[in-house]
Amino acid sequence: MWVYEKKLQYPVRVSKCNPMLAKFLIEQYGGADGELAAALRYLNQRYSIPDKVVGLLTDIGTEEFAHLEMIATMVYKLTKDATPDEMREAGLGDHYANHDNALFYHNAAGAPWTATYIQAKGDPIADLYEDIAAEEKARATYQWIINMSDDPDLNDGLSFLREREVVHSQRFREAVEILKEERDRKKIF
Amino acid sequence: MSTYRKSWRPYIGPNDPCPPIEIKYYETPPNLYLGYQPYGLKQFDPSTALFKGTLWPALYAPYSNPYKKKREEEE
Amino acid sequence: MANPKQMPDEFYQWMKQLQEIDFVLVELTLYLDTHPEDYDSIKQFNEFAEKGMRLRQKIEKKYGPLMQYGQSYSGYPWNWDDPPWPWQM
Repeated sequence: MWVYEKKLQYPVRVSKCNPMLAKFLIEQYGGADGELAAALRYLNQRYSIPDKVVGLLTDIGTEEFAHLEMIATMVYKLTKDATPDEMREAGLGDHYANHDNALFYHNAAGAPWTATYIQAKGDPIADLYEDIAAEEKARATYQWIINMSDDPDLNDGLSFLREREVVHSQRFREAVEILKEERDRKKIF
Repeated sequence: MSTYRKSWRPYIGPNDPCPPIEIKYYETPPNLYLGYQPYGLKQFDPSTALFKGTLWPALYAPYSNPYKKKREEEE
Repeated sequence: MANPKQMPDEFYQWMKQLQEIDFVLVELTLYLDTHPEDYDSIKQFNEFAEKGMRLRQKIEKKYGPLMQYGQSYSGYPWNWDDPPWPWQM
């Protein structure tokens, strides 16, 4: 089971009310390479992967939910007191018409989250390579958002999340090495 | 030591309507070079680690918009 | 209704300290998942686990539960719902 902790993984700050940035950020909430997709991808793959890497998939998958909460916090702070007019001016009129200021799992262009964003091939190498690619794509998305953001406090949190993608990719690469290891090598040499 | 940012010069056509971006950049972060992480690597202190997003300097590569400076120079 | 009392600086400082300790533990967890025989890192992990538990108890005693389903003690009345929630901090 999972136990919730009433605490963010990282102290998220936002300098100013800016719904436009929320529109971009929602890509990492309900987009193809976002944190929801990441969490669900890893936690689903772990049932059919060799025992040696189940712990890693469980732990990274769980961390992704902490990142999802960080993104939600950023979106919440960027839009909390935005008026309908401000939402419309920020390009969030279509979002507002359906959701008011509620969050929803869709990408920056408004396409709802879909399970087709994630894969589970059942082949350990194919799945881990998918995971490595997902981390690199999420890292790239954070870079593109940082490039468009002029909010230093927000960029501080986004830089943290981008660096986490680097570390996760490193661990998935190590997981591939673990699965490549010749079982009896130590005895032979 | 490896660099974590690379650049290349895209082809500029005579009929390109936008002013050309002469140099394009992409990131090649430390996870591409470290290999299997060795034991006992130097660590950041906990406060710095949280701020940087990793416990190990060997895995840390900061990122900033590579195109921002250029635009400011032009202005 | 009046705005509920905001938390003092001390709460924010303690939470930041807890985030620092817990982040070391997250990093060591993922590392140990692929380095299960690194004795020194396991020692460091256990030291930080102890530190985190002590700080969590100190925060909860003064500011209410951080975890649910019996991982934290409750005050009276039930104070799990008291703001701020993480996104409100």
